[in-house]
Amino acid sequence: MENFITNMIAQCSWLQSLPKWVVVFGFQIFFSVLILFAFVAIFAMLAGYVERRVAGRIQSRIGPNRVGPQGILQSLADGIKVFLKEDVVPTAADPILFRIAPYFVFVGMFLAFVAIPFSAQWVISDFNLGIFYLLACEALVVIGIVMSGWASNNKWSLIGGMRSAAQIVSYEVPVSLTILMIVLWCGTMDIQQIILSQGPMPWHWHVFQNPFLFIGFFIFFIGSLAEGNRMPFDMPEAESELVSGYNTEYSGFRFIIFFFAEFANLYLIGAIVTILFLGGWQAGVLPEFFVSIFGAENPWIVALIKNFTQLFVFQAKALVLVFVIIQLRWTLPRVRVDQLMALCWKYLVPISFVNLLAISFWVVFVPEIGTKITAGVMTTFGAIIFIYFFYRVYWQLKFSKAKIRMNPFS
Amino acid sequence: METYLFYIFSFITVWTVILMILQKNPIASATCLVISFFSLAALFALLNAHFVAVLQILVYAGAIMVLFIFVIMLLNLKKSELMHEKMSRLSFFAIIIGLGLFSFLMMKFFLIPQIFFGEISPSFGTAQEVGQSMFTQYAIPFELIGILLLVGIIGAVLLGRKDTD
Repeated sequence: MENFITNMIAQCSWLQSLPKWVVVFGFQIFFSVLILFAFVAIFAMLAGYVERRVAGRIQSRIGPNRVGPQGILQSLADGIKVFLKEDVVPTAADPILFRIAPYFVFVGMFLAFVAIPFSAQWVISDFNLGIFYLLACEALVVIGIVMSGWASNNKWSLIGGMRSAAQIVSYEVPVSLTILMIVLWCGTMDIQQIILSQGPMPWHWHVFQNPFLFIGFFIFFIGSLAEGNRMPFDMPEAESELVSGYNTEYSGFRFIIFFFAEFANLYLIGAIVTILFLGGWQAGVLPEFFVSIFGAENPWIVALIKNFTQLFVFQAKALVLVFVIIQLRWTLPRVRVDQLMALCWKYLVPISFVNLLAISFWVVFVPEIGTKITAGVMTTFGAIIFIYFFYRVYWQLKFSKAKIRMNPFS
Repeated sequence: METYLFYIFSFITVWTVILMILQKNPIASATCLVISFFSLAALFALLNAHFVAVLQILVYAGAIMVLFIFVIMLLNLKKSELMHEKMSRLSFFAIIIGLGLFSFLMMKFFLIPQIFFGEISPSFGTAQEVGQSMFTQYAIPFELIGILLLVGIIGAVLLGRKDTD
């Protein structure tokens, strides 16, 4: 961010008349509040729409297609409807805690966005503890959820809140251990440095560096799903058991805040997995290629094109993961509470301890060439799995008796 | 700028801690404690000790506070049960321990004031500094705390498990 702003000040004469800290703080506030907020809002709307369409397709129905072309404005209509509802505060609820709890959840989610690097220069706060800070942001979310569950003075809400607290605190252990693996591997906690230690191609990514990081990728993915209360781990809001969990009593704008936080978290899962394991914004020669295509000379335009290319690469990876998470939600059944805890404490935590030990040994003893060989082997392995997946899809399309519509909008 | 922020956050810290003691509702006092932890983390961040600040939020505001709130909810204390609490022997010990800690801090403050007023090194509170001092200067206390935590975990498992025999 600093580089980008310095570059911008050098280009615009009217910015030079202002003191530098005003410009820097001004841009940081502008980016974090306006652009990120707008991004989260639009993402929540679109993801809500995509989720319902995907759900419809998976359940052999059409899904919302009435509001706007192909129902794309459905989320907007729902938003307006919820927004116009009365903001009910139950008389038996704790008046202050009930009101402030949604903001804890939202602020916790939103604080994490400050440290997410969208490109080499577009990160609002690039400080040397980024990944650690992301873990800490989750703390606010837990407190908000527990608080909303308790303050509602409703048994369903309370059980939802307590389940959520137990779940998030438990799954924080394997997730933190896996992050620790990455920190050991890169020797830094700075998110930009973690991304820079990877590369643009799959064999540079952390997932395929060695078998332990490959397992760590899945542990992290499962753990983040559980921390974000996503299906198949959405015990806190299991409709069939708990009405709607901790947000049962909420309506109107406060409900929208919970809804936004949920979808912001959906994006955050994709973004953090991308940063840690899938190379982040690393785009290789693409930025230079686009610069040469457009024949840009002005350094400011060059920087803009480069950053936009990296932004698109980052978003593509993150949104593919978001799509996978949405598909998982509608494919897998919900696990039971005891199964959830057993999965965490009996399987994920021991595996991640072994992983951590193994990666420490690897960092100390295995030479550079060994890592290169395993990276090649693991990438081939990943490529084979991918090819097999596409072969199965092709086989299904060609030979299965079921009629499959290829056009999502038909 | 930093001086004003320091005064604002230290005021919030002290005020919320006082509120925490005075609140009758246990959840409300837990919330006050959370806010005081966050402003304490802000104070650490003002000293450029970002690592300590993040640890403060991660460990205290995250894990420990969630467990506090969890326990308070599980016990589901009525307000009437809390009002007529008498001075037990336990609170007598608590007062003695609190006064002891306070006088220890005061003693430090008057005997070696330079640790409160001196310049802090630029590496204060970074991950490297904390790790260095934890594994060299304070290695034995660190290990002892580790054993204490292990004993705590084993005790919790022992208390929590059902009788199988």
